[in-house]
Amino acid sequence: MLTVKNISTVHGKIQALWDVSIEAEEGEIVALVGANGAGKTTLLDTISGTYTPVAGSVEFQGQRIDGKSAAYIVEQGISHVPQGGRLFSDMTVRENLEMGAYSRHAWKQRTETIEHVCQIFPRLKERETQITSTLSGGEKQMVAIGRGLMSRPKLCIFDEPSYGLSPKAVMEIFQVIKSLPKQGITVLLVEQNVGQALEMANRAYVLENGRITLQGIACDLLVNDYVRKAYLGL
Amino acid sequence: MKDKTKKYSLFAGFIVILLLLISLPSYASSYRVIFVTNILMYVILTLSWVIFSGPTGYISLATAAFFGIGVYTSAILSNALFLPLVIFIGGLASFCLAFVVGSLTLRLRGMYFTMFTFALVQLISNLAHWYEVNVTGTVGRLVLSLESTTVYYSMLVVFCLVLLASYYIKHSRFGLALQSIGESEEAAAHSGINVTLVKVTTFAISAFFMGAVGAVMTMRWTYVDPPTAFDIRLSFMPLLMAIFGGMGNLFSPIIGSSIFAYLEEILTTKFPYYYMLLFGGAMLLVIVFMPHGIEGVFQKLQKINKRESVEKT
Amino acid sequence: MKILDVQGLKKNFGGLAATANVNFNIEQGEIVGLIGPNGAGKTTLFNLISGAITPDSGVITFKGKDIAGLKPYRICRVGIARTFQSVKIFAKMSVFNHVIIGYLFGDHKHKTSGTSSEEAEKILDFVGLSGMSDRRAADLTLVNQKRLEVARALATQPELLLLDEVMAGLNPTEVSEAMELVRKIREKGITVIMIEHVMKAIMTICDRVIVLHHGEKLAEGKPGDITRNKSVIEVYLGDFACLPSKT
Repeated sequence: MLTVKNISTVHGKIQALWDVSIEAEEGEIVALVGANGAGKTTLLDTISGTYTPVAGSVEFQGQRIDGKSAAYIVEQGISHVPQGGRLFSDMTVRENLEMGAYSRHAWKQRTETIEHVCQIFPRLKERETQITSTLSGGEKQMVAIGRGLMSRPKLCIFDEPSYGLSPKAVMEIFQVIKSLPKQGITVLLVEQNVGQALEMANRAYVLENGRITLQGIACDLLVNDYVRKAYLGL
Repeated sequence: MKDKTKKYSLFAGFIVILLLLISLPSYASSYRVIFVTNILMYVILTLSWVIFSGPTGYISLATAAFFGIGVYTSAILSNALFLPLVIFIGGLASFCLAFVVGSLTLRLRGMYFTMFTFALVQLISNLAHWYEVNVTGTVGRLVLSLESTTVYYSMLVVFCLVLLASYYIKHSRFGLALQSIGESEEAAAHSGINVTLVKVTTFAISAFFMGAVGAVMTMRWTYVDPPTAFDIRLSFMPLLMAIFGGMGNLFSPIIGSSIFAYLEEILTTKFPYYYMLLFGGAMLLVIVFMPHGIEGVFQKLQKINKRESVEKT
Repeated sequence: MKILDVQGLKKNFGGLAATANVNFNIEQGEIVGLIGPNGAGKTTLFNLISGAITPDSGVITFKGKDIAGLKPYRICRVGIARTFQSVKIFAKMSVFNHVIIGYLFGDHKHKTSGTSSEEAEKILDFVGLSGMSDRRAADLTLVNQKRLEVARALATQPELLLLDEVMAGLNPTEVSEAMELVRKIREKGITVIMIEHVMKAIMTICDRVIVLHHGEKLAEGKPGDITRNKSVIEVYLGDFACLPSKT
């Protein structure tokens, strides 16, 4: 479904990605782990169109998407939930969710989709008319994830979805993410909660200093010595 | 090392220009001297404006109010007192007004602050007008104007003072506090900085120089009235000049405002009927092709330079 | 010695009780964890203590002095420092200047710029940012920006440090490093209150834990007791099996 081939991305003055290749097949959950500053967010931003790679290609369902605008990429079916949420802070929860369904085909189904999202996150239903700048950090994260689902994507990219969430909320989010492939949504997940991310994912990649250093079946990486020492603190 | 030699050469260049300016009346015509006086007025207003609005990001449109206070102070006192004192009191009056107004309004953020400062100009202007109509019975007042050379040198002195103030503020603890307020007021407050005091004091310092320059400018005129003293264009011009020049360092606003003011003088004299049109057109071109002002253009050139030297090695 | 005492603290935001009658106290030298579901009012509590917002009613006493309603810069100078949930650094400023600002303005004792450079370097070494003094804060990674916030707070010579989710977004190895830093801070004699969702940290380094829910104190006690508390599990922890062991 998603093929990233040998991309290199320059971010400001620094080369953030060097010859990176990853793949996500339909219905998979692919995890991307690595230290802060390794380039994970840059990789996600390159896929969703914020950055254009200086080398390599990004293909989605057989079409080239590198260099295309972020809006075009959303129309193609990729949704990106950025790190920290980046909500429209002066708009209400409902308005933020609606904005997630901005693309043509999602807009028609937005009422249904909002119902569905509110089932997943009942707190959002409670706070529907509240301005998002007044929400707590974790609640904002829930709105961000909800908004990402509103575009009815085929591929959903999550950048640190557990950031700032209570343990219970993290479990709920991860349950949601685990259930997405059943709904026909492929998942690309960046997480600092390395253990849980590897438990959920089918396959995973380790990104270090802008390069892929390890890849494989998630369970294998979970028992890999290097991963355990460097990322699981064991 | 390259940075230091660049700094020294800039400084040396500046000293040369200063010497040229000091000796101007001896080799230039009276018209030229007045011309340069006008340009200096705009340069000082821009520098004063940048002192506050640059680092904090609070866009003030009150410049005309503070300038006008200086004008009126000078108009009222000019016969009675020694010249430097008049200029100082003009600045001081604006300083006090800014301090009071700032204490009340610097809680307003963004657009609200800007609108308030704009309203302040109208308020003070109308107050002056009301006073003249109802109290003194005449609109406007006559002033004793002075020789163009005296005015010129007074302007030069204020210019040097505002430069020193700008430099000192930028390189002091106070300047550091100001910078931090511009980046994050909340974090600055929690680091022990009395944010309100710093903002209000800087606003007042900036107003001081605007008032001083107003006091000097009055000596060129024979008659002042509220519309002349509180001309709203004097609020917008420094802002445009600062954007045009850039606000990153001391030189950018000076270069920006000099070019801008020079352009305005030339256009008003050569095309008195079309100058607004040409001016607007020039502004559009600037915004489209140089969105970061002159400073932005220089930075781009520096980048290209660096890239070339890296490619060569 | 009680360093912080909070009694009857209340704060409403347009009808919503963000803080509803909270009472607790903190002993000098403790590391206290503050946990609770999202929206429980944890950051609001920090905002009330640090002076960012003023309480509707209640008393906050720091070292015997009433500080409720004081402006943030005064509370900073009195000896309370904090970090922010969404990192608030001075983006275009150098790392070095961040610490200098904290040092020059954060303490009531008047400082000269003479010793400030040495002190600043010491603090940067302490938090693990040695060698990065000249970098622009905006160019740092998130972890380092968080370290910088801590450095800036430490430069104000606090006796009480409030850490707001300083470990969010850190991988397990980075969390261990952060825990070590908090321990070192306590060894310097600074009392710490930390809002955290990273249970590993709460369990390992906190002496006591306070749990907030809907603006009220739900529970208080040792980490082990809190994690066995039924209401806390139901409201905050979720599946008990998810908790990491103490090692």
